[in-house]
Amino acid sequence: MRTAAIVGSGNIGTDLLHKLLSSADIEPRYMVGVDPESVGLARARSHGLEASHEGVDWLLARPELPDFVFEATSAYVHRENAPRYEEAGIRAIDLTPAALGPYVVPPVNLTEHLDLMNVNMVTCGGQATIPMVYAVSRVVSVPYAEIVATVSSVSAGPGTRANIDEFTRTTSRAIEVCGGVAKGKAIIILNPADPPLIMRDTIFCEIPDDADHDAIRTSIADVVATVQGYVPGYRPTVEPQFSVTADGSHRVAIFVEVEGAGDFFPPYAGNLDIMTAAATQVGNQIARHLDTVSTTTVGAN
Amino acid sequence: MPYSDSLDIRMTDSALRDGSHAKGHQFTVEHVRSIVGALDAAGMPVIEVTHGDGLGGSSYNYGRSLVDERELMAAAVETATQAKIAALMVPGIGTKDDIRACVDIGVGLVRVATHCTEADVSIQHFGLARELGLETVGFLMMAHTVSPEKLAEQARIMVDAGCQCPYVVDSAGAMIMDDVTERVAAVVAEVGGEAQVGFHGHDNLGIAVANSVLAVRAGAVQIDGSTRGFGAGAGNTRNEVFAAVCDRLGIRTGIDVLALMDAAEDVVRPVMDGECVIDRLALVMGYAGVYSSFLKHAYRAAADYDVRGADILMRCGEHKLVGGQEDQIISIAAELAAEKAAATQPAPTG
Repeated sequence: MRTAAIVGSGNIGTDLLHKLLSSADIEPRYMVGVDPESVGLARARSHGLEASHEGVDWLLARPELPDFVFEATSAYVHRENAPRYEEAGIRAIDLTPAALGPYVVPPVNLTEHLDLMNVNMVTCGGQATIPMVYAVSRVVSVPYAEIVATVSSVSAGPGTRANIDEFTRTTSRAIEVCGGVAKGKAIIILNPADPPLIMRDTIFCEIPDDADHDAIRTSIADVVATVQGYVPGYRPTVEPQFSVTADGSHRVAIFVEVEGAGDFFPPYAGNLDIMTAAATQVGNQIARHLDTVSTTTVGAN
Repeated sequence: MPYSDSLDIRMTDSALRDGSHAKGHQFTVEHVRSIVGALDAAGMPVIEVTHGDGLGGSSYNYGRSLVDERELMAAAVETATQAKIAALMVPGIGTKDDIRACVDIGVGLVRVATHCTEADVSIQHFGLARELGLETVGFLMMAHTVSPEKLAEQARIMVDAGCQCPYVVDSAGAMIMDDVTERVAAVVAEVGGEAQVGFHGHDNLGIAVANSVLAVRAGAVQIDGSTRGFGAGAGNTRNEVFAAVCDRLGIRTGIDVLALMDAAEDVVRPVMDGECVIDRLALVMGYAGVYSSFLKHAYRAAADYDVRGADILMRCGEHKLVGGQEDQIISIAAELAAEKAAATQPAPTG
């Protein structure tokens, strides 16, 4: 069992705590915040973690350092912290848009980055849509992919609101890098409907005129099943829709909704749930990989 | 308080932005040059030129532009002699880089639009626009969906961020008379003295001109419309009609009314694929409170899936879709088609 610290005691950090508590590979040991009154820190203590509001200095002064840090603060804070984690030999799984390490989307490219000290979880919209872009681009060439993520207003925190450009930029870039397409575009919409709506995502991929629609459908269904392995509420709302646009380009449109597990966030906040679930998935996989490597090494000796 | 010493209100023409929806985003440089030339000559003080969904709006979701909007804006800037060229920007679609590009092109005014409850996503964009020396307007879209008090709070957020004129935006053409008066008055009460207030109407219920007059009476000093109504849904407030009405009411707009009538008939109409009218679906939008730019998408989806356009729009209203969620129209049409197929299936026997 590997150990982890959660840095950031807000909503994301707290939901992550619940996910890690049920992990078979990682034990959440520490939670770090900056506010002594933090509800998240109190909750962490009630689950047996050591928690402190004295920031990363406190964490790095622990006699036993964790194997992993899950960074649930902000891009700015992570840029400050990242070199210190690395120096201390702690692996960082970054849930902020800092993107110091490569983008990781579990069904797409996790196995490529198991040995790195820092990986980035893109954005909620990226986690919800890039698996679908990949599902299409691994079957046919995709010159252009575009995603529209609609989240409930109450699930978009102050960080997202103050930096909405970071969402569109980071997601667009990750669509290209992880999604395997030449050009990516991302759009985010906040919807204030009450009761709050479940996160909805639409993924448009430009495809060749003679694309094999059945192969695309099958590939999508496979990747949906993979995502459902860590986000059970990830589901298509209608079948993939194939069409020819007014300017003659052939495309497929994929429609999904993301219902969260309701660990800490309400189920409509699938956008937040898919981030913490994907980060947990990444942590678990790296932990297992490290165990395999060390076992092999012992065997060779 | 009048707009200035010589004008009671300042009009903005949105035919080359809101009209982009009606034109399926197929404007050419020639269209822009002819319309800007005619409106500029008629004394229109502000002319908005952008993809219908704002900077960066060219997409599968909203429709791809035939010509890059930056080329269109540049042609507008080059053509205008007195008019200021404006651009629309929707955070979540466009980014700060698009605003920076406006400065290089010579656009003088940026209009940052958010859903009427989400003003705080525009803070960084207003900040940047002001820093770059651009004039700013804030669009509170779908303003019929919230109370006047809530709208005023949101206008306050925009003004504090650097917005010089928050607008009450009737994106669905669903506001009826007092709805406009109450909202404009509430926003004026909150930010008047620090900022101006504007109104943007759509004619889905046939009262856009009357609504705009009521907005002026409630204290709005910037009013949007489109010449010949060229815009989404049943079109915008018809600027040549509104200018004529203002003239009769003694509201000073600075517009040469007869020249604008000529522009509407001789220059704008030939660019339009058809008149913007209150047909069945446009009326449903006003009636159900649906975002006006969904109109063309609903027509297309209704034809593609052989379902009723009115059913699509009513369901958009039920799902409380906001501006920008055009993608859901396809999903709703596919759902309706599946329901229809299930309903016509013969009942299983045995």
